[in-house]
Amino acid sequence: MTAICRLADLAVERGAAGLLGETQIALFRLPDDTVRAVQQRDPYSGANVMSRGIVGTRGGVPTVASPMYKQVFDLTTGRCLDAVGYSPRPGLAPDLATWPVEVIDGVVHVRSGPVS
Amino acid sequence: MARRLVVVGGGMVAQRLVEALRARDETGIWEVTVLAEEASKPYDRVALTSYFSARDAEELTLGDPALWDDELVTLRRDAAVVEIDRAARTVTDRLGRVHGYDELVLATGSSAAVPPIPGADLSGVFVYRTLDDVAALRGWVEEKRASAPSANGWQRPVRGAVIGGGLLGLEAAGALKALGAQATVLQATTHLMNAQIDLGGGEALKRILQGMGIAVRCEALTSRIRASRRTGHVGSIDLGEGGRLDADVVVIATGVRPRDELARAAGLPVGERGGIVVDAGCRTTDPRIWAVGEVANVGGNGCVGLVAPGYAMAEVVVDRLLGGEATYPGADTATKLKLQGVDVASFGDPFASTPGSMELVYADPVAGVYKKLVVSDDTRTLLGGVFVGDAAQYASLRPMLGAELPGDPGQLLLPEGSGAAPSLELPDSASVCSCNNVSAGEIRDAVTEHGCTDLAGVKACTRAGTTCGSCLPLVKKITTTELERAGVEVSNALCEHFEVSRAQLFDAVRVADLHTFSEIIARFGTGPGRGCDICKPTVASILASLGNGHILDGEQATLQDTNDHVLANMQKDGTYSVVPRIPGGEITPDQLLVIGQVAKDFGLYTKITGGQRIDMFGARIEQLPLIWQRLVEHGMESGHAYGKSLRTVKSCVGSTWCRYGVQDSVGMAVELELRYRGLRSPHKIKLGVSGCARECAEARSKDVGVIATEKGWNVYVGGNGGFNPRHATLFAEDLDDATLIRTIDRFLMYYVRTADRLQRTAAWVEDHEGGIEAIREVVMEDSLGIGFDLDAAMAAHVGSYADEWRAVLEDPEKLRRFGSFVNAPDTPDPDLAYVSERGQLRPASEAERAGQVRV
Repeated sequence: MTAICRLADLAVERGAAGLLGETQIALFRLPDDTVRAVQQRDPYSGANVMSRGIVGTRGGVPTVASPMYKQVFDLTTGRCLDAVGYSPRPGLAPDLATWPVEVIDGVVHVRSGPVS
Repeated sequence: MARRLVVVGGGMVAQRLVEALRARDETGIWEVTVLAEEASKPYDRVALTSYFSARDAEELTLGDPALWDDELVTLRRDAAVVEIDRAARTVTDRLGRVHGYDELVLATGSSAAVPPIPGADLSGVFVYRTLDDVAALRGWVEEKRASAPSANGWQRPVRGAVIGGGLLGLEAAGALKALGAQATVLQATTHLMNAQIDLGGGEALKRILQGMGIAVRCEALTSRIRASRRTGHVGSIDLGEGGRLDADVVVIATGVRPRDELARAAGLPVGERGGIVVDAGCRTTDPRIWAVGEVANVGGNGCVGLVAPGYAMAEVVVDRLLGGEATYPGADTATKLKLQGVDVASFGDPFASTPGSMELVYADPVAGVYKKLVVSDDTRTLLGGVFVGDAAQYASLRPMLGAELPGDPGQLLLPEGSGAAPSLELPDSASVCSCNNVSAGEIRDAVTEHGCTDLAGVKACTRAGTTCGSCLPLVKKITTTELERAGVEVSNALCEHFEVSRAQLFDAVRVADLHTFSEIIARFGTGPGRGCDICKPTVASILASLGNGHILDGEQATLQDTNDHVLANMQKDGTYSVVPRIPGGEITPDQLLVIGQVAKDFGLYTKITGGQRIDMFGARIEQLPLIWQRLVEHGMESGHAYGKSLRTVKSCVGSTWCRYGVQDSVGMAVELELRYRGLRSPHKIKLGVSGCARECAEARSKDVGVIATEKGWNVYVGGNGGFNPRHATLFAEDLDDATLIRTIDRFLMYYVRTADRLQRTAAWVEDHEGGIEAIREVVMEDSLGIGFDLDAAMAAHVGSYADEWRAVLEDPEKLRRFGSFVNAPDTPDPDLAYVSERGQLRPASEAERAGQVRV
């Protein structure tokens, strides 16, 4: 597990980018103070911007919408719920990679190596 | 080889015929030449009266102008045909050019019939038929006004008289009023519009017109028009029974006469009262010659001076030219008066001349309403109707003609909203749009078969409502009903979290006095959800429009789209562009130096925008505060290029420098931009100000365009560029500075409050009930009584404006949002790569990344 930042550094329902070694990740603090981590690279534009998307819910599932072309992703599984008619950039998977996150004593820890 | 079709005449029916032929003649069998007498492209003669308010002949142009660029179509304007040679199969135009044909269509229309009244040829006597007639009438009235006698600051108004109280006569009277002249209608018979409505309706109509300041005299026969001794122009009218009416301008609107002279000279049979006699296929006795529109006398039954039957004939001829067997179904003589503020409509048998028919009358003289239905002797079948003062039910009842009525027909006449009126389900065969002959079934098909999901789609697919527009409420109703039936969600719901539209939510938030998203979703949301990328920015915009402090204060920050969140515009590689405000496009050399130095120091790519500003590209998120620190230090502020808000007020240089400018357009543009800067709205808003009619600021492509006149400012609304470019429409004329600003204040604030999410002003105006006229009444005449409220809201906006960027720089909490990484806030995104092109940096392409160049 790698400590990234304090929970207090993250705003509720607004993402922040983080560096996990050299890997760029996007961290999201939800209203219940749990944190999700997904890849920072947006598969549909190739830019490192996922942390800057709008957080919300679709059918009760916490989501983030890409700030670039507005694809909606499940924050827990990384799955793309709505590609809004786009295809991912060549060489990129349609869904986001995710990392397990634990908040220990007010510090956000991310396990190295993505789960999916 | 293509066959040659020659169309004589360039009116609405000719246009329809060519349009229909090009749509159906897929293999290009026909090469079409249209020989038109007028100098304009075919225009919407039905909307002629609107030329007084639109002032732009272009707006009356019919259909897609690309039709005339079609290589199989040739339009020759100002090329009246003078002779037909049936043996040689040629026609000769007025310039002596000879055009050969394989088939010939005569669509010469009608001319105004001028009765043999002595003095009808005096200067100042007009007819009301063509654009040129209307333009000449306007010129005359303006000239008379300028030369009218005046004393002690009081100027005598221009006195107008209209001979003829039919449809056209009343439109002409309305036009005279619109031009600021007095108008008196002289009708020879017992009541107005006697060809369409009965005596009771005529009386009600007379009262409405009198209420609008139009005088009406019935049973008034004109015996002579007299010249003024002083000017030699028209001066007065002698009436049959010895009366006299002074007039500076006279419009004769006593009827039309078919233009059948070419056909007569060519030996083709004409009817007793004129009109080229054709069979049910619209063919004359010469198998190669056809006639359509007002000049055609189908079966010798007389000509019809309405556009809808003409369109039907055009379709028949097209079908025949392509080998079909279509026949003319007979005239739909339903009519609706197109005079602003007066609702008159009739259809079917309005005089109850059908044997055994019965009349049901609803009259409310206080409200100025007269309505009548004519039904069969068993009261089950609708035979006709007359509506005066309230034609709301016309659109839904007219298509029921000949159909069985549900329930008690008397209930149908009750005012809308009284709860008693039964809802009508139209049969598929019922004609909804008579101008374009679209049935209820075709509208339903557009939804069920062609996948249309809104009114705009149905209009484009069926052409319903695209000519006079009077059927649009009904088209919308059928479309909505059909969508609901097909299970398509037609609610105005924003998203899964809110079942209401943006406009409804705006009102709800305003009235309930809520100030946070959590309160709003708890109170008006659908369930336990936490919002999404649709409703959050919408609520953010509503909160900002209602003045809730800085857009990044507290919870509001989480609602913002990334552009608003970092107050810059995201570009394709995840960096941002920066646009300082340059009000009116006016900038000092020192400010230019500041922008240049900042761009140089941060390695930004610079480009001049379409809105007369300078855009700096390639700023990384962590650089934004540093860049703005510099800009703010030098007195610059946010340009809101990132917001759904006022963008720019573009201007030409105006009277301060330009030889032609008549007003200070830059000064006005700066004032407007500083007034509306930061105003959050449903979509971006752009303004333009031109210093003269040459319109160098392209103001008419803006949401609000201001164009200087000798007397003040004309204001245009609802224009935009982009995917679906539109010219703004004239909204008000010759305003002084204060009235101009109040007008724009109210227009913008009304738009902010009532438009849908991401709906620009053009679409809002189109969707608004009653269209631009209704908006004009709200803004100019305060018809809803909300003028004060709108003014106060705008005053609050102006008073509370503060530069968003300056506020960010002063607040460490807000500044924290601009770190690149939460655990390395100053480390740039290592994946960014740039190459140099024409002396500046731009993002590297995928291919270029192999040999990448770092910033």
